[in-house]
Amino acid sequence: MAKQNQNTMSRALARRETIAAYLFLLPSLIFFLGFVVIPMVICIFTSLTSSNMNASAASGFVGLANFIRLAGDATFIDALINTFVIVLVSVPTVCAFSLWVSSVIYQMNGPTLSLFRCIFYLPVVTGSVAVTVVWKWMYDNYVGVFNYVLTHIGLIERNINWLGDEKYALWCIILILFTTSVGQPIVLYVSALGNVDQSLVEAAEVDGANSMQVFWKIKWPQMMPTTLYILVITTINSFQCFALIQLLTSGGSGTNTVMYYIYYTAFKLTEQAGHFGYANAMGVVLAIFIGLLSAVQFKLAKEK
Amino acid sequence: MKSGVQHKSIYRVLSVILLVILAFLFVFPLYWIVTGAFKTTQEINSVTPVWFPSTWTLDNFTRLFSRRTAPLFPMGPVGPAAIRWLVNTVFMAVAAMVLTCITASMAGYALAKKRFRGRAILFGLIVCAMALPKQVILIPLIREISALGLYDNIWAVIFPTVGWPFGVFLMKQFSESIPGEILEAARIDGANEARTFATIVVPMVKPGIGALAIFTFINSWNDYFMQLIMLSSNNNYTISLGISTLQAETSVDTGMLMAGAALAAAPIIIIFLIFQKYFTQGITMGAVKG
Repeated sequence: MAKQNQNTMSRALARRETIAAYLFLLPSLIFFLGFVVIPMVICIFTSLTSSNMNASAASGFVGLANFIRLAGDATFIDALINTFVIVLVSVPTVCAFSLWVSSVIYQMNGPTLSLFRCIFYLPVVTGSVAVTVVWKWMYDNYVGVFNYVLTHIGLIERNINWLGDEKYALWCIILILFTTSVGQPIVLYVSALGNVDQSLVEAAEVDGANSMQVFWKIKWPQMMPTTLYILVITTINSFQCFALIQLLTSGGSGTNTVMYYIYYTAFKLTEQAGHFGYANAMGVVLAIFIGLLSAVQFKLAKEK
Repeated sequence: MKSGVQHKSIYRVLSVILLVILAFLFVFPLYWIVTGAFKTTQEINSVTPVWFPSTWTLDNFTRLFSRRTAPLFPMGPVGPAAIRWLVNTVFMAVAAMVLTCITASMAGYALAKKRFRGRAILFGLIVCAMALPKQVILIPLIREISALGLYDNIWAVIFPTVGWPFGVFLMKQFSESIPGEILEAARIDGANEARTFATIVVPMVKPGIGALAIFTFINSWNDYFMQLIMLSSNNNYTISLGISTLQAETSVDTGMLMAGAALAAAPIIIIFLIFQKYFTQGITMGAVKG
């Protein structure tokens, strides 16, 4: 009898705890469900319809037709390839570069460390529009600093139209993306390097390990969680390079990406403007790829 | 042994030299914006770059301010549109910051310290949503915003920013460090949930709120994509959107664009420099137990 009583009491307590928890969550959930989760659900649903700009027009269920059409859309395939080139190039270089910078600066004294950390973070804070506007000028065919410097030190013979040439445009965008991506990883690596267990490092040094061995055998494994986190955020960040492409090339010169193509299909493309079902199908494909990529990264990191 | 030490110090010196060169390259675009904003048109368009302006001029700003006009605030006196865009941007960033800090600190506390049904699912959903590029939900979001009558309204940019779950995630990380015994003691003393939150939880996660505040402010200020798709009229533009519109209109007037870029970047860089400490803390905290 007493036990049953206690059971009902703890159940009442648990219920009160649940109610309290949801009350705390409520304000946040309204925004999260309303402006992230519900649009996502609608996105998946409309990707299976022929929905478009005029709500009155046929928006019937078309099954996987949008996805089948995507597989045959050369522009989409190009955009998908570009998206992957951007991610596959920028993620490893950003990680390696920020690890190197951090390993050089983490033992410096406070103000110097802050100064360097700050400098590498500045491009992130400056904001994508300001950054893009100035880089566009720097890449300019006639009055840009790139052409001036590179022709004068003899690396190139004549001026290059960086953003108008299919050979270079995507790489130019990757370079800007790179400068705006390393800030956060450097902050993270500096703090991770500072947190490495010093007694292990000293023990290894006493045993005669050189600094390379200490780094790869002692420090690197301890920083694995940080590296994983950096991989994930850099991947996400690389997928978000919309502003650079919209403002520099409008998806031309072979720089189209899935993110830009979604925007273009929904709002810009003249003959098929407002093909929402189709654009949403691209969104779903993109989300699936990102999900797979994150899963692979987690799995790789777990195995290590 | 000795040559090893020497080897190491040479490597160290070379690294530092390379690092300093790279640091200059990283600062260069910003330097180019600031000097460009004060250069004459002739120096801007010179084929041989003018590394340091010979004369400093305010012409670029004059052209920027006279190009478009707008009421300085709703129903206020008419002034340069760029100033109105700055006003809009500050309002947007502050509103997003305040709302995010309130909602996320409450939700983060609940996720970290309460045991309730649906907790694991909800947290999983939050982590997944953080990886989602906003372009994926672009169309449904716009239609929803239009249905709510918020299209071309600054709140259309603010609400989705508040909904972005990174803040909840960050505040959960900070709230994990609150000792359970303190909460238990407060309950035994008869404090109700709201009071426990206000008098015990909030003071303990203050550094987290500071980090989140500065994070949200900067992200919202620079979230060009949301501004682009949600705002359409001159009076409602943010500074980023305004500058990008000017660029589309007149890509030849580089000086004016640099003045605009300087105007857009200066406030946010100053805020970043002032609150740098909180910022670093916030970034590192997000990674712990990520």
